[in-house]
Amino acid sequence: MKPEPAQRPDAIPARLRTILPRALPWAVFALGLIVAPLIFSGGASLSILSQIGTMMLLGLSFNMLLGQGGMLSFGHAVYSGLGAYFAAHAIRLAGAGTISIPISLVPILGGLAGMLFGVLFGYVTTKKSGTTFAMITLGISELVSACALMMPEFFGGEGGVSFNRVVGRPLYGISFGPQIQVYYLIAVWLFICTLAIYAFSLTPLGRMINAVRDNPERAEFIGYDPQHVRYLTFILSSFFAGVAGALGAINFEIVSAENVSTGRSGAILLFTFIGGVDYFFGPLIGAALGVFFTELLSNYTPAWQLYLGIFFVLMVLYAPGGLSGLLVEAVRPKVLRRSILRWPLLLAICVSGLLVVFGAILAIEMLFQRSLGSDSELKLFGISVDTSLRMSYVVVGLLVFVSGISLRWAWVAFWDGADKPQTEIAGVTIRRTGT
Amino acid sequence: MSECALDLRDVRKRFGSAEIIRGANLQVEKGERCAIIGPNGAGKSTLFNLITGRFPASSGEILLNGSSIMGLKPFEIYRRGLSRGFQITNIFHRLSVYENLRCSVLWSLGYRYSFWQKLSSLPDVKERADEVLDLIGLRDRQNTPAGLLTYAEQRALEIGIAIAGDAAVILLDEPTAGMSRSETDAAIEMIRRITQGKTLLVVEHDMSVVFALAEKIAVLVFGEIIASGSPNDIRNNPRVREAYLGEYSAVDRTE
Amino acid sequence: MEFILFTLLNGLSYGLLLFMLSSGLTLIFSMMGVLNFAHASFYMLGAYFAYSISVNLSFWVAFLAAPAIVAGLGAAVERYGLRHVHKYGHAAELLFTFGLSYIVVELVQVTWGRATVQYSIPAELDGPLFTLYGTSFPIYRGFMMLVASLMMLSIYLALTRTRVGLVVQAALTHPSMVEALGHNVPRVFTLVFAGGCGLAALAGVIGGDAFVTEPGMAATVGSIIFVVVVVGGLGSLAGALIASLLIGMVQTFAVSLDYSVLTLLTALGIQETALRGSVLRITVAQMAPMLPYMLLVLVLILRPKGLMGTREG
Repeated sequence: MKPEPAQRPDAIPARLRTILPRALPWAVFALGLIVAPLIFSGGASLSILSQIGTMMLLGLSFNMLLGQGGMLSFGHAVYSGLGAYFAAHAIRLAGAGTISIPISLVPILGGLAGMLFGVLFGYVTTKKSGTTFAMITLGISELVSACALMMPEFFGGEGGVSFNRVVGRPLYGISFGPQIQVYYLIAVWLFICTLAIYAFSLTPLGRMINAVRDNPERAEFIGYDPQHVRYLTFILSSFFAGVAGALGAINFEIVSAENVSTGRSGAILLFTFIGGVDYFFGPLIGAALGVFFTELLSNYTPAWQLYLGIFFVLMVLYAPGGLSGLLVEAVRPKVLRRSILRWPLLLAICVSGLLVVFGAILAIEMLFQRSLGSDSELKLFGISVDTSLRMSYVVVGLLVFVSGISLRWAWVAFWDGADKPQTEIAGVTIRRTGT
Repeated sequence: MSECALDLRDVRKRFGSAEIIRGANLQVEKGERCAIIGPNGAGKSTLFNLITGRFPASSGEILLNGSSIMGLKPFEIYRRGLSRGFQITNIFHRLSVYENLRCSVLWSLGYRYSFWQKLSSLPDVKERADEVLDLIGLRDRQNTPAGLLTYAEQRALEIGIAIAGDAAVILLDEPTAGMSRSETDAAIEMIRRITQGKTLLVVEHDMSVVFALAEKIAVLVFGEIIASGSPNDIRNNPRVREAYLGEYSAVDRTE
Repeated sequence: MEFILFTLLNGLSYGLLLFMLSSGLTLIFSMMGVLNFAHASFYMLGAYFAYSISVNLSFWVAFLAAPAIVAGLGAAVERYGLRHVHKYGHAAELLFTFGLSYIVVELVQVTWGRATVQYSIPAELDGPLFTLYGTSFPIYRGFMMLVASLMMLSIYLALTRTRVGLVVQAALTHPSMVEALGHNVPRVFTLVFAGGCGLAALAGVIGGDAFVTEPGMAATVGSIIFVVVVVGGLGSLAGALIASLLIGMVQTFAVSLDYSVLTLLTALGIQETALRGSVLRITVAQMAPMLPYMLLVLVLILRPKGLMGTREG
């Protein structure tokens, strides 16, 4: 994928010169994982960081399907959820002394469980691609959800399966009781799996899944069975999903039917897409932002899912490359130069954009307050609005309208005389079936 | 009689009630370069699709090196040593030129579905991909996404993908379609070079290409091979003159 | 005897309701290649609009107005949303409608609250249609079947007797050809999308009061109608009809069958207490929610193109 490094006579030995730039992002990533809990050290933030870690791994495994293979799955939580259940039962058994397994290796077990179901369900789903694939994954997801309600022995019914993650004697003082130890367990697994998923993208199969994504028919004429390429990738992706599921289970000490639900699968899809599927690091951004805002916003507003939905739709409409795509686009020299030259317009874009967002949030919150709140007064951003007055809506509507127009004007003026950045969704282009 | 590389026996294909291929018979010897010519709609591309397993034939027999390939999937036929190019460019448009070629050599070098080896540290893959890159003359475009190539470059890549796996039998569907005179000449030269010692079956409209390339010509008219033989035989065959060259002689290209 | 008859009739009415939904989905998919993930959301909107209108005016006004309003919304969605993402491919369109379904659920909760609304059957349609062996069949079920059948007839007539219908029909089998003939004008897209949404809303109008009108109703039905279109075969209206009826029947019958493998074993004289706690005790009725999905998997293994499908996915 990367262009060959230019051959320059240089003092640095050639080997080092090729390894350094490749190792640097990994070193930064590792450092970030180590330092994060030291910066955000509160009790709640540790829990959020742990959740972000598992969601990152889920997103990366999901993107093996969507970004790399063009497979849009609506049932990815099936594999992470089942991995979580198996991990939970294993820890319970370990706690009862029936089996002996250290907590730190439970994620492998979860991964194998996820993989097992990947083998089973993947056989049916990967026979198809495109839209049909999407529909079948949804069907499988519903099937497993229905099973979860039917078989309380395994799925624990309404209450789920809960357990105590502290099993056996602590090793070197590590019992995985304290949250910080669980965080580092997640961080280590995340780092290992991220390396593995990245390595996968550099193997023959990893390249062929890209080829199958682009043109499954031609892949057949160079010797590959596209179904088999998809199937194998699906199985590997399920393994990493299972690892993530097990880590999530260890973090929460409970697994319930919600873990395999279609809603959870939808969240994985949403976060990954928002992060961007065309770049390897996209899902990491998506997971971090997704979990952060879910946790944060759900404390402040009942409308957070609406915001998530609107944000997602706006991304599909205007930035199908996701945030990572926008980021890569924004740091292009051409764009940077333009931003510096036309800074007043950039400022105008930012200000009017913020005003639009502010107005929209105000409007949504007013509506929520009116229909769900106990009184008609809304306090937001330090201002107070009477939601029973028609005038309030008119003012807010005008605000959104005017700032929207100014945003559009500034945007057009900013890009005047340039090729607009074209982010493409090619990674998930699904060809129409049968034509 | 020595074993044919490709042997079609009374191959037929029906779409609904319309019979498109009506009993095609054709033998291509090993190492032979054979061109299929015929007016538009004669079923040349359909015949290719039948041979390569894209569509199943309705009846008849297709033998590759003496064994039947009827009912096999395209990738199974490829693994038996038959590769093809397409008339409408059919490449991996988001992958770079180099990646297109790397993908195309993987199976033939035995890497199959490997996910435990690093692609960039496989010397034979690199060697073969580089070789093909030079053959098709796209060395300086190797990092360009295939979808951004010019039309002629895409045609060259199309042929490159078809030959990269070093298959013994190669089928090319109008490899020079849409090329200019000079591009065509270069393409002929390239095809001649890369199919050295291989069996080639090519569909072509351009008579100059046909006569420059083929040792044998088969004429397909309305789903039937009405004649096959050396270029001279075909020129002098009265049925061919009547059915094909007669109404077609002045121009050597259609479309 | 009357059990079979009544279950058959109930299954038929439920199946026809599913068809009202899946026919619109199939039409949209065939024409535009778009799998409308939000299709069931329009069904839900139909039910909620009908509720509001029937409370304030009357059921019959709602019966006409709700589908019309939703069709208008559908047209707007196609015109200002879908058309914009079309250039990014079908996956983007699918993702767009997926996001839309998220938004609609939330908006419904803002407007009508999170609880079930009291959308009930109109008084003039409440009551038994006929009584057989002491069991009565409600008028409303009959009304549902009547509406669904009329809708089926009008789809059939619209497709075969009108010019737009012929274009739509041609696009079902030869989408690229229709495009080449210059027929595939965006307006036909908008029309079909709006029409499909209107049909879904009509199903919501007559299904919302028969079953339940709550924010979760879209998710409940949404997955089932995807099963219907895959099982029936993508792009096949006849397949959608057969699959709708099949799934309607299977589910209705299953819910009323309180038997399990264990019951069967007991009836055969095998008494094994060890099996009491095993999966064998699960009754057919308990399995009802997963039967459509099992059918989906089965069909995909045995007949990948679906029952009536001609296209390979």
